[in-house]
Amino acid sequence: MEEPRNFSDIDGGHLALQRRCYSPSCREFCLSCPRLSLRSLTAATCSVWLAAYGLFALCQNSMVLSAAIFITLLGLLGYLHFVKIDQETLLIIGSLGIQMTSSYASGKESTTFIEMGKVKDVVINEAIYMQKVIYYLCILLKDPVEPQGVSQVVPVFQSAKPRLDCLIEVYRSCQEILAHQEVTSASS
Amino acid sequence: MVLKVFFPSCCSSADSGLLIGRWIPEQNSAIILAVVHFPFIPFQVKQYLSEVQKVSQIETVVLGTWCNNKQEKEESLGKFLDDLSTIFSHEPWLQISKEKGSKFWNCHTLSRQAGTPKEDQIILIYYDQRKTMLSRLHPPETSLDNQPGVITAPDASKLAAVFDTVARNEVLFLTDRYDEGPIKLSHWQSEGVEASIIVELAKQASVPVCMLLTCLLSLVSGLCRSRILKFWPLSFIWSKLSTCEQVGYRLEHLRFVFSNQKAENHTQFMRKANIFVSLLLDMALGIMLLSWLYRKNRIGQLAEALIPVADHVARELQDLLQWLMGVPAGLKMNRALDQVLGRFFLYHIHLWISYIHLLSPFIEMILWYVGLSACLGLTVVLSILSDIIALLTFHIYCFYVYGARLYCLKIYGLSSLWRLFRGKKWNVLRQRVDSCSYDLDQLFIGTLLFTILLFLLPTTALYYLVFTLLRLLVVFVQGLIHLLVDLIDSLPFYSIGLRLCRSYRLAAGVKFRVLEQEVGRPLRLLMQINPLSYSSVVQTYRLPTYSCYPKDSWGSLCKKLFFGGW
Repeated sequence: MEEPRNFSDIDGGHLALQRRCYSPSCREFCLSCPRLSLRSLTAATCSVWLAAYGLFALCQNSMVLSAAIFITLLGLLGYLHFVKIDQETLLIIGSLGIQMTSSYASGKESTTFIEMGKVKDVVINEAIYMQKVIYYLCILLKDPVEPQGVSQVVPVFQSAKPRLDCLIEVYRSCQEILAHQEVTSASS
Repeated sequence: MVLKVFFPSCCSSADSGLLIGRWIPEQNSAIILAVVHFPFIPFQVKQYLSEVQKVSQIETVVLGTWCNNKQEKEESLGKFLDDLSTIFSHEPWLQISKEKGSKFWNCHTLSRQAGTPKEDQIILIYYDQRKTMLSRLHPPETSLDNQPGVITAPDASKLAAVFDTVARNEVLFLTDRYDEGPIKLSHWQSEGVEASIIVELAKQASVPVCMLLTCLLSLVSGLCRSRILKFWPLSFIWSKLSTCEQVGYRLEHLRFVFSNQKAENHTQFMRKANIFVSLLLDMALGIMLLSWLYRKNRIGQLAEALIPVADHVARELQDLLQWLMGVPAGLKMNRALDQVLGRFFLYHIHLWISYIHLLSPFIEMILWYVGLSACLGLTVVLSILSDIIALLTFHIYCFYVYGARLYCLKIYGLSSLWRLFRGKKWNVLRQRVDSCSYDLDQLFIGTLLFTILLFLLPTTALYYLVFTLLRLLVVFVQGLIHLLVDLIDSLPFYSIGLRLCRSYRLAAGVKFRVLEQEVGRPLRLLMQINPLSYSSVVQTYRLPTYSCYPKDSWGSLCKKLFFGGW
């Protein structure tokens, strides 16, 4: 178990990467995203309640205030359950596959597993996003019809969005395992 | 190469014995299905395995030995287990052993081929046998040559092979270690066989009930299809009423659900179950509505409210026509045409109101009997409501048709005369515009008519606009009702319920969890089922509906409206 190392994401937020090496062919990378800040939460709640109070002053109907409370609560729950991602994990098991897990702030986990037979390669791609050039790690999937083609590009760490230095670490480890697996499958 | 061993978590506490399962050489993976306990006769084990193989068509062999040391280490057992590898020859021979009080197991492979035994890296994957057996992978893997059990193509999914193996070996799970037979097995059934009396009774009762219902339904559908109802006015009415379509559709569903054939594959079974639950839900909602309607004389109240509503609508329409006959929105209309059209439509409304008033004593009785049809289902009631709205707003439909025809004729005439004005003609044979020389009197009359039609255009256009908007409003309301009916018809309630309560049965894939590791031991993983998301469930199992959605895009619809449907 290594200790978590600090990196930053493309917006300057703080990320923590933890690497776990379970066996020579099984590694896990855990990226923790910045937490929900109290400041933004307070700002959102205050603005919604001020608007509701203004409406109440206009129409003198107290239902507006209770509706505002409901909306705030439901909105917060929905945000925590469907939008805010706390942690993103990449688990790579040589000769089995690659698994990506996103854990939301409410505890929900959404997992995708890609079998090794479908994985062509793991690469770092460049993309132009508005005025920025960002790097992202992605998994290339094999095309069943065309052996040299790529059927799909699956980006990894989509909501954490780490910078290049963090991506290089993850990329190097993944390539070690993929190369090791190629060697063993070629020798058998 | 890396050897993957899929071990059922229910056999972790089983006594020592032989491991039986399936070996897939292309993927270097061994799927363990059960443990055969001592004492056994090797010949009987081999015979049993060949029987199982014949039924399931999957090669089930002895893969190795399992040693559960509940007491201290037994040396003699170890030697005995080594000797077994000579009786049941399998390459490679697995040896899994567990110490008392230790979480971590020992896994070795014996390979007779190579001179120097190569120590393979082993990954131990635990899986829940019962859940894997009951679950179905989406999208379903269609094997290329449609032969059962042949999913060993090199690029085939490994996980599909695991699911397939466990699902096909149901015959293996019928005998247990508590049964009195020569073979004592341990698998998921050893934790306790589950059965439900209600389910068994329902299965027994379902056959005669299905036969009876099939007879009844064939009688009813035979009646519906009889020749009497096919004469011209009646068949036209049936095709226009959405109630008849809905009832026919539900009848079709009932016949499909209660047919005597068993569902062949998973998709058909899910379809049957979805239709059955949808029908049940429909009838339950319909009966609830029925009980609500017939309490406290609500039907009478509804009938009493209907005539004033129809009167109110007629009065509003009359006001609208008076407004159009005057100076609508500041526009100046052609007085003569305006008066003619306005009086024509006013007379129509007057006729309509007279008919409604003629019917008023019978309305309550008609509503009472029509309301009884709610026991057929909520969708039927909604279709009837949509039809009643269509009938009550029939005059709006008539006005729309008159206005549209007038406007269409006008546009047609205008475009043809405009071509004459420019000296051109529409060539029907060649489907294009050709130049043509007209006589002087043709040109004169044509220009005259063109100016007349042009100056009468605003009046007709305004009437057309107003009545088209009213018609669109009615169509919108009817469309909403049909949308609700479609929702009840096509939503797969059974699949959604299954995803909610037994999420492992609809699998989108698997997920792995890494368990506690110890250096030098094989890698331990737990394989769990990743359930399908709700949107994919609805998309995969949606029932097809009969309503045809408009094939025109919005642009072409607007164009048709602008040219009056021409």
